[in-house]
Amino acid sequence: MNRITYSKATDVRDAIQEHSKTDKAQYIAGGTNLLDLMKVNVMRPAHLVDINKIGFDFIEQEADGGLRLGASVTNADTAYHQHVQQHYPLLAEAMLSAASAQLRNMATNGGNIMQRTRCYYFYDTSTACNKREPGSGCSAINGYNRMHAILGTSADCIAVHPSDMAVALRALDAVVCVEGPSGKREIPMEAFHRLPEDKPDQDNTLAADEVITSIKLPPSKYAKHYSYLKLRDRPSYAFALVSVAAALNLDEQQHVLEASIALGGVAHKPWRMPEAEALLIGKPATAANFRMAADMLLSTAQGYGHNNFKIELARRAIVRALEQAVNKQATL
Amino acid sequence: MKSGYIGAAVNRVDGYLKVRGEAKYAAEYQAEQLCYGVVVSSSIAKGKIKTLDASKALALDGVLQVFSHENRTSLPWFDRSYKDEDQPPGSPFRPFYSNEIQFNMQPIALVVAESFELARYAATLIDVEYKAVDFNADFLNSQEKAYEAKKGKSGWKPPKSRGNASKALKHADVLVEATYFHPAEHHNPLELHASTVVVEADDTFTVYDKTQGVFNSQQYLMNIFGLSKAEVHVKAPYIGGAFGSGLRPQYQLFMAFMAAKALKRSVRVVLTRQQMFSFGHRPMTTQQLSLAASSKGKLVGIKHEAIAETSQFEEYTENVVNWSGMLYDCPDVDLSYKLLKLDTYTPLDMRAPGGATGVYAFEAAIDELACKAGVDPLQFRLLNYAEQEQNEKLPFSSKELKACYAIAADKFGWARRNPIPGQLREGDNLLGVGMATGVWEAQQQQVMAKAKLSPDGQLVVSCGTADIGTGTYTVMSQIAAETLGLPIEDVSFLLGDSDLPMAPLQGGSWTASSVGPAVLSVCEGLKEKLLKEAAGLPHSGFKGAKVEEVLFKDGMLCLKGDPSVQLSIAALMKQRNLAILEHQTASMPDPKQSQYGKYTHSAVFVEVKVDAELGNVQVSRVVVAVAAGRILNPKTARSQVLGGVVWGISMALEEESVMDKQYGRFINHDLAEYHVAVNADVHDIEVIFVEEEDDVINPLGVKGLGEIGIVGVPAAISNAIYNATGKRLRALPFTLDKLLE
Repeated sequence: MNRITYSKATDVRDAIQEHSKTDKAQYIAGGTNLLDLMKVNVMRPAHLVDINKIGFDFIEQEADGGLRLGASVTNADTAYHQHVQQHYPLLAEAMLSAASAQLRNMATNGGNIMQRTRCYYFYDTSTACNKREPGSGCSAINGYNRMHAILGTSADCIAVHPSDMAVALRALDAVVCVEGPSGKREIPMEAFHRLPEDKPDQDNTLAADEVITSIKLPPSKYAKHYSYLKLRDRPSYAFALVSVAAALNLDEQQHVLEASIALGGVAHKPWRMPEAEALLIGKPATAANFRMAADMLLSTAQGYGHNNFKIELARRAIVRALEQAVNKQATL
Repeated sequence: MKSGYIGAAVNRVDGYLKVRGEAKYAAEYQAEQLCYGVVVSSSIAKGKIKTLDASKALALDGVLQVFSHENRTSLPWFDRSYKDEDQPPGSPFRPFYSNEIQFNMQPIALVVAESFELARYAATLIDVEYKAVDFNADFLNSQEKAYEAKKGKSGWKPPKSRGNASKALKHADVLVEATYFHPAEHHNPLELHASTVVVEADDTFTVYDKTQGVFNSQQYLMNIFGLSKAEVHVKAPYIGGAFGSGLRPQYQLFMAFMAAKALKRSVRVVLTRQQMFSFGHRPMTTQQLSLAASSKGKLVGIKHEAIAETSQFEEYTENVVNWSGMLYDCPDVDLSYKLLKLDTYTPLDMRAPGGATGVYAFEAAIDELACKAGVDPLQFRLLNYAEQEQNEKLPFSSKELKACYAIAADKFGWARRNPIPGQLREGDNLLGVGMATGVWEAQQQQVMAKAKLSPDGQLVVSCGTADIGTGTYTVMSQIAAETLGLPIEDVSFLLGDSDLPMAPLQGGSWTASSVGPAVLSVCEGLKEKLLKEAAGLPHSGFKGAKVEEVLFKDGMLCLKGDPSVQLSIAALMKQRNLAILEHQTASMPDPKQSQYGKYTHSAVFVEVKVDAELGNVQVSRVVVAVAAGRILNPKTARSQVLGGVVWGISMALEEESVMDKQYGRFINHDLAEYHVAVNADVHDIEVIFVEEEDDVINPLGVKGLGEIGIVGVPAAISNAIYNATGKRLRALPFTLDKLLE
């Protein structure tokens, strides 16, 4: 039998200690992705450390006016939290576009950004996949790559990160708080997920035995003009082909004071380009300007055949999401 | 004499059992010392197994055996021993027969262990070395290898051409030429394919199988394992959806049975969701259509050529192009149906096989032709309405399609359609409307049924048919209760058991129209017997009475002409000292049926909203009118059609099994990536049943509803997308990328 040991950690130190006992340990919270991957033999942990009850089931306001989301709060509780809905509606919108009500009731905030890619080949152990089995090759590059990346790819992997929440967190400049054997540290969202390069088996920059404890949101800037636009093959329970988290700050003349645009479904990590956002600053919030920003954001995009359409789709989606962000109040 | 059950919206008689989880499915039966089998699937598409090393699995405590080609029990040589009722011509796949790999995900071993978890783990320890050879799974790039289908499976009709279509096309005022593509699709019933084989104390076998035909599974096992009927008892009382996937015995049945027989232990085998993509599917099909009309919209020529995939070992055929010859009045028709052999598993009937595929392309092309001719698409269909079945030139047994068009068009508001595409905008969306015709065969098969009446007035009617969720239990109970004048609570209908009277597979929309008449007939036979018994009672007053003169109501017999002459069934049976009154009959189609065209029709009207920039399509409204003869139960009937329409939406917008050409393997093999419609896809759907009388089709006048709901829906959606956007999409499914230009 593929025996798995399981322990329920009582606090974060206990969790880290349990996890460090074997190099085949995995933290488990909601389990909505890990259990699937175990069933198809893609992940084969020997030990599961349950981190649901280690004291990170809170959402609290920070002294600086920001908000801290405990890692073990469920996606549903986070998305429907009054403070989140009022001050970080972009995040709420992104989270509610994801998965299904049942999954959101189980999935946690820490687990959400730890999701693994949905690449067909990653899930099928009969095929080659560098992310699953380093060095075995990438079946997607010459295979069916409709859902795959157009930005930041490598010759070893063209997988995309599937999370919607992470895209909004990236747009909002969130910070991931982690704790490990050598103490606590904070990783900005920008540096949390990584590009595949020649190590596609590594999704993120978490060090050995580190656990996510919370996610910090800076003081709210984008509660007025925001939009999470998710384009997919089915209106519910489908991963994004392209998603856009768009957030704007506008002056009274509808000129852009600040802009944040993060893309999902296009890369191994939520994709942002500060230069493209800078292009909009001080300019009128018009479709023509949005198109300029979109063109710049996608200037290095490359298709692999089946996913060529994503480049044009992303361009249009960026413009639409920014337009929706401008008009958000009118639709409320 | 009506007690009002036939035609009434009776609730499902098995509804309570199902919602309380008391209806048991094949994988839910327990047995003493049950052991569990897990299937190992091939990871190559073609070649040979060089070595299959099961030693690591066998070394585990609790692993009982690993079956494969190396240690299988003796199996018959001839193809005929592996045949089944839905088998195409060719050599059926034989699990474990040799080391040859014929398709990717071919089952190559069965690991049997004391627990499911152990078997699943042990299955990951089987080391297989293959000698892989080149294969072809590239349908679109090997079209030139297609050949004309010569023989087909039962129900397949070689398409018949007539007149001179090429000439008609050459000289026509309006011509449309277009190629359509239909991807592979898998059935994906919610219930996974499963078999539990129980070894009984007397060494016989009771098999709980997910099947649409218990006799088919029984005969298959008898033939392969050399057993008598008495040794193999197959049961399938409840099926969690099948849609055609249960028409042929699937390999888990073979494997569970071989293991149980060899180990003398009860065995259960359940496939994984991924393995549900390892057997039959709706075939990839390309269709080339050339249609011609006069400037006034009279259809003058039809050319329809289809190329469909099949496996290397069987020639699966379905009626794809035949509909184009029969639907409209047209003198010159050229039809052709070709097959293309790939290194995949053989396709398998899926809801409206051939019809869902062929009518889609044909009805989309008809819309293209009507629009090009400047004729309203509904008007176009009325202009070319066939008063006679066109392929065989036979009169229709009934055809209320005109009423379907009229009623559905009115409900839908078709008259408000803007014929110029791309004109209606609502926010970011373009709005469009489209319509199509649906058609399916109405057939009757030979069926046997038995009825048993007890002195307490309880009636048990039985027939070895199936209920795959269609409502068979309910409508058969209704027919029996009404015929014998009993409260429906006193009637039980038994099915899904090979000890019951013979019935064919449940498929082809023929269950209500075949089992229904058998139930009617056996209950009428029982009436005769009751009356004979009553007439035999001294002074009962029934002597000499004919059955038409007697009213059967509320458990009583009563002379219509003299209501004072009455007798309860209970009293009658007591006085005649009858412990049970029993009758069995066979019902079969009247030979006169062959002189008619027998079809169910529908008219489908659809409204779509298409995001002008981003391309996503929403089917915002569907109105469908169906002419299917007599409706036995409007509630279960509506559910059947709703299910078909939802699947039509799913087929139009989402469903596609993607063949990876590097591996020859369907790669999106789970329900996260093989998309089927969800609640958010489904908006307003209105189902209307049009009155239709038919005294040819069978004594009940019922035509069947299993398939008609899906036919026509994808075409109507494609036509509505054109009306919304001006774009003709000709490859299913209509995902947003195809609308980005």
